[in-house]
Amino acid sequence: MRHIISLLLENESGALSRVAGLFSARGYNIEALTVAPTDDPTMSRMTLVTAGREEVIEQIKKQLNKLIDVVKLQDLADGPHIERELMLIKVRAEEDNRPELMRLSEIFRARIIDVTETSYVIEVTGTGDKLDAFVAAIPNGLITEVVRSGPSGISRGAKGLTI
Amino acid sequence: MELSGAEIVVQALQDEGVEYVFGYPGGAVLHIYDAIFKSQAFKHVLVRHEQGAVHAADGYSRSTGKPGVALVTSGPGATNAVTGLATAYMDSVPLIVISGQVPTPVIGSDAFQEVDTVGITRPCTKHNFLVKDPRLLAETFKRAFHIATTGRPGPVLIDIPKDVTDPNVTVSYEYPKSIKLRSYNPAQAGHLGQIKKAVELVTKAERPMVYTGGGVIHGEASKELTELVKHMNLPITQTLMGLGSYPGTDKQFLGMLGMHGTYEANMAMHECDVLLAIGVRFDDRVTGKLDQFCPDAAIIHIDIDPSSISKNVRVDVPIVGPVKSVLRDFLRLVKEESWTGNNQLQQLWWQQIETWRSRLCLNYDRNSSKIKPQFAIETLYNITNGELYLTSDVGQHQMFAAQFYKFNEPRRWINSGGLGTMGFGLPSAMGVQLAHPGKPVACISGEASILMCIQELATCKQHDLPIKIVLLNNGYMGMVRQWQEMFYDKRYSHSYVEALPDFVKLAESFGHVGMNLERPQDLEPAMREAFAMKDRLVFMNVIVDPEENVYPMIAMGQGHHNMHLAPERELA
Ligand SMILES: Cc1ncc(C[n+]2csc(CCOP(=O)(O)OP(=O)(O)O)c2C)c(N)n1
Ligand SMILES: [Mg+2]
Repeated sequence: MRHIISLLLENESGALSRVAGLFSARGYNIEALTVAPTDDPTMSRMTLVTAGREEVIEQIKKQLNKLIDVVKLQDLADGPHIERELMLIKVRAEEDNRPELMRLSEIFRARIIDVTETSYVIEVTGTGDKLDAFVAAIPNGLITEVVRSGPSGISRGAKGLTI
Repeated sequence: MELSGAEIVVQALQDEGVEYVFGYPGGAVLHIYDAIFKSQAFKHVLVRHEQGAVHAADGYSRSTGKPGVALVTSGPGATNAVTGLATAYMDSVPLIVISGQVPTPVIGSDAFQEVDTVGITRPCTKHNFLVKDPRLLAETFKRAFHIATTGRPGPVLIDIPKDVTDPNVTVSYEYPKSIKLRSYNPAQAGHLGQIKKAVELVTKAERPMVYTGGGVIHGEASKELTELVKHMNLPITQTLMGLGSYPGTDKQFLGMLGMHGTYEANMAMHECDVLLAIGVRFDDRVTGKLDQFCPDAAIIHIDIDPSSISKNVRVDVPIVGPVKSVLRDFLRLVKEESWTGNNQLQQLWWQQIETWRSRLCLNYDRNSSKIKPQFAIETLYNITNGELYLTSDVGQHQMFAAQFYKFNEPRRWINSGGLGTMGFGLPSAMGVQLAHPGKPVACISGEASILMCIQELATCKQHDLPIKIVLLNNGYMGMVRQWQEMFYDKRYSHSYVEALPDFVKLAESFGHVGMNLERPQDLEPAMREAFAMKDRLVFMNVIVDPEENVYPMIAMGQGHHNMHLAPERELA
């Protein structure tokens, strides 16, 4: 099963490579990984998407917790949560495709954030599925470039992942 | 106190109570060596190769329980230390390894003797640090010692760029009294509810079995283990790393388990209904085929490291905590229940075990005209009354030593289990001998292994270390040859050790005593003579039967009940 694991990490150089190294050394699957500072400058927050049998996920969480730089860990799959990903997509936008691209953007609540005579850059946020659907909906041959941030996740409700 | 970075390194080690530092100088650590020159803080032991430094620190640590310390230079000094770090990491040995690094302004420029030491050592240390500011040194040392020695112990490396130890830059120094890390909090006690469940299982068991490992030794829980096992009359087996934490001469001890474990230990594992696993990690050399592992048993696992639990084998009652306190709680609960034992069932179980034991699986040809390696170890055991600190290299000799030398105390049997590092024996013995002056220390080795760190004979001379080397010389990489005999139709591909040196002359050239021993009847008097030379290193080159194999043996991918016994035993 797919799991989204949230981590609070010490903001030390090398912390990211400890996590990445763990996954490659132990042969764990890693689908996406995002990391950025938090409101507390001494810590960064990582969201990690992985998939595997439950025993393997259990081991992944234990091994992550064992890293000295990991302050706190939460498996978002344990409860209701929200997941969002940002995508920037550059498409060929000539006279005849523009209406279709604008209509699609509206349906997906996407925004066109850059326009040239021949291209658009469109910004979309949502779950991974929604982004997949948007990519699939763009007419054939128009996509020039796709950039996805990888998912960020947060649990629902008042409780937060804090120290 | 105002100190330079180099002085802080020395002072911090002193404040940690370090007795010995095993090291080798070089450009990036010259400032530190200069501070050492001016200080009496600890004794520095100059080794002849950085691998030797780390193994020596390792031997010091394994035989005392205290952290071992090594100091190496950048680049090749650090890469030479990697095997030592990986060895210690696999066996959870607390070490502090300090490496020099090129100055911070040139890091990343492929400077002379620059390697990414923290990058290289990340997967083989418990944690590592790159210290870029002398003001952070004291705190980093405190953290490093704390991390290395608590929880599941392990090696920690501190990489220090040369400018950080600059003698002309001083900063104020105060060694932290205590340290708390928000991201690192090893369990302080086991969960009582879980311990109760475990007690219930063991007290109701019909065929209980105890299986313990290195964790009991690291956790200083020998006394508690012995008391519990005695109180409940349980059969016990131990891993290669666990030997000595329960008296090896006691009747309840079934010997080592696993690939070269005894018939009785492996069969009891296979047939038990409750397995109490303590400070172990279910290593593949121990478990054999996983889906045939203890097929009928409810498994209780006590360990300080949560990630060891249910890693290879699904556990029914996990207990995360320090083994010492968990075993104390366990025994207290057993006593509170005023449990008196299930005599009839236990008798049946013990009868069954005795039947297995009566196969005498470790028997060998005692009338051979050649020296059997087993005979050499038995003789060594007898003439030393089982009181040695014994280190080992890796191969058949290691297995024979584990099978035939009985350890009644922990921290006496020092060997590389997890990584299986040839070359470990001699340098680790140096650390052991320094930690235990005046005590008998021996190293069991093979003619292939000993050559991997032979240069340390010079260190032994310089520091007057009267180690006794017992070389079981079979002319082969015996363990490799055994596999080739059994699984490759006797195609002995490159396992013959040709062009061996004259070991007696070799030992003598380093200033030591050498002996050649070829006849079984000479062994005992010669060993007595060697051990009587209390202030000399004696190198005993014992020519043993070249094609002796280690039995019993579980081939890879087999369960505990599928053992090969020695051919003559198999018929019995
Ligand atoms: C550094 C290293 N290289 C290779 C091996 C693989 N290996 C394991 S045992 C062994 C042979 C050891 O031969 P020797 O020291 O003569 O011991 P014996 O088995 O003959 O007692 C080898 C090559 C190892 N364990 N370590
Ligand atoms: Mg050999």
